[in-house]
Amino acid sequence: MENGRSERREAFSRERTRRGVELRQRYEEDLYLVRGALGWTALLALIALLALLPVLAPGYFLYTASLIAAHIVIAVGLNLLVGYTGQISLGHAGFVAVGAYAAGILAARLHLPWPAAMAGGGLVAALFGFLVGIPALRLTGPYLTIATLGFGIAVNQVLTNWEALSGGRSGLFLPKLAIAGTRLRDHHIYYLFAAIAAAGVWVAFNLVRSHIGRAFVAIRDSDIAAEVTGVNLTIYKTLAFAVSAFYAGLGGAMLAYLLGFLEPQMFTLFESVYYLSMIVVGGLGTIPGSVLGAALLTILPQQLAGLKQFLPLVYGATIVFVMAVEPWGLYGRWLRIKLWFKTWPF
Amino acid sequence: MALLAQYVVGGLAVGSLYALVALGIVLLYRTSRILNFAHGDLATFGTFIAFALISTAHWPFAAASAGSLLATALVGAAFFFLVIRPAKEATLLGKIVITLGLALILQGATAVFWGTDTKTMPFPLSDTKVYRLGEVVISQISLGSFAVGLVLMAGLYVLVQRTRVGLAMRAVSQDMVAAQVLGIPVRRIFALTWGLASALGAAAGILLAPVTLLDPYMMLDPFLKGFAAAVLGGIDSMPGAAVGGLLLGVVEALFGAYVSVKFKTTLAFLIIIAVLVIRPEGLLGREYKRRV
Repeated sequence: MENGRSERREAFSRERTRRGVELRQRYEEDLYLVRGALGWTALLALIALLALLPVLAPGYFLYTASLIAAHIVIAVGLNLLVGYTGQISLGHAGFVAVGAYAAGILAARLHLPWPAAMAGGGLVAALFGFLVGIPALRLTGPYLTIATLGFGIAVNQVLTNWEALSGGRSGLFLPKLAIAGTRLRDHHIYYLFAAIAAAGVWVAFNLVRSHIGRAFVAIRDSDIAAEVTGVNLTIYKTLAFAVSAFYAGLGGAMLAYLLGFLEPQMFTLFESVYYLSMIVVGGLGTIPGSVLGAALLTILPQQLAGLKQFLPLVYGATIVFVMAVEPWGLYGRWLRIKLWFKTWPF
Repeated sequence: MALLAQYVVGGLAVGSLYALVALGIVLLYRTSRILNFAHGDLATFGTFIAFALISTAHWPFAAASAGSLLATALVGAAFFFLVIRPAKEATLLGKIVITLGLALILQGATAVFWGTDTKTMPFPLSDTKVYRLGEVVISQISLGSFAVGLVLMAGLYVLVQRTRVGLAMRAVSQDMVAAQVLGIPVRRIFALTWGLASALGAAAGILLAPVTLLDPYMMLDPFLKGFAAAVLGGIDSMPGAAVGGLLLGVVEALFGAYVSVKFKTTLAFLIIIAVLVIRPEGLLGREYKRRV
């Protein structure tokens, strides 16, 4: 019995790293993102579903779907940093806030068009990510956690108190999204955000299979071993922070446009924990896991709107339960189920 | 000059509470290498238990405080046995995430049980009655919390440095396997540490209650300050936590008085980042190094 369990565990870890049990003989085969007729069918079905969502789903769900898209961008970026590179960030709401406010100021005060404001939000956040990445070179584990926690709270405090910059507690209003003077309707915003999120996910998939992604994983598994084998820690750790912060900033800019209003209390320690719980519930170190987690933890609070006071309780219990029962999250559970059916009846 | 002394005294009174929070964090980190992000929420929970015992069950203040410390210690120990120990193979990130989950659970439970509106805790010491030491004025409440803080710190020092239990705790923190081989009941020591750390947090919460008023988020700020104090003093050093807390209180009071009241809270986090960059092991911590 014990033996069978350990064999199963081994098979599972193989499955996790190779995402399939078929034999691959050439490097190119390992690089395909979508495999076989089944994979393509699933992908096309997903695209069709997303395209038809405005017809199928009630109007208010489009807003939720746009919110999910923004959260997916943030969660994927956070997973690149935490799940792939192993650098814990407990201040990610800080990066999201920087991106959101940068986009807001560019759009509302400098009257830039929204593509420039969104890109600007991402880039300013990436700059902050790079800056936070520099002290992170010297810190590991708990020390890094505290430093990023401090960063997140410092950003929140500065935004609250520096009213000339952020509008303080009275908030900052953004212009509506528009193309050539025409205001975008809800379903336009949904398509736009879905496209941005899809692009973000696609880039992340490609990033983690490139030499950069492999360097990230090497740093996570052992940064000293990575350095010995020629991974430049200074470059790749700061790069991981910058890329992750870019995603966070872009997601923040999306949030800013979606809500049309920014206030410092939207980006507190609770939000940092919320983003972290998305990737923990979905699956650390997996891109599909980030998507799943972001979707689930965005829909859950909306469904529990009547039980708002129980929300922290539900989140907390979910996090503790997932960590205790399935540390690889929902995506890990899905892989286990897939493996069970593939190898059935053994 | 009198004004400066006044700020320093005020800072020391607040700092002694930061030190209490920091000691709880450091005590647990030293023994089990877990950064407990639920520390603040455990403390809030304990404070609310004291509040419930006083206002609903009509216990006298001292008995209610003792009951609250005991109950919080039990919650902490229960958390070790129910969650941390079963998940002992969890990575560092896993452990941090688990304590964050516990923080949310406790915060949620406090909000559900007692509501999110602010409450006033009956407190035996008065805010308006003041004592004069030369030109410096100190309120009864500040003096009381400073004294209790010092007594608790001294008690903890004696417990860790002068008793067999303390010796066992130090042994576990140095080398868990060796301690186990020598017959130290490691699990019980861990549970005791969790309980002790949680009770320290609750004591800080009760002392802070008359100043901050009671609501489910009351300990967030003091908890983060305690964290900053622990980092400042060295996260594995108990004297460091005490010194760091007092120092942070004084620096914050002076910064608030002479530079900017608005950015007073931000200062703690800038201190954290500066300390981590310049001297990650903190003021009194041992050398920051790790094995390959």
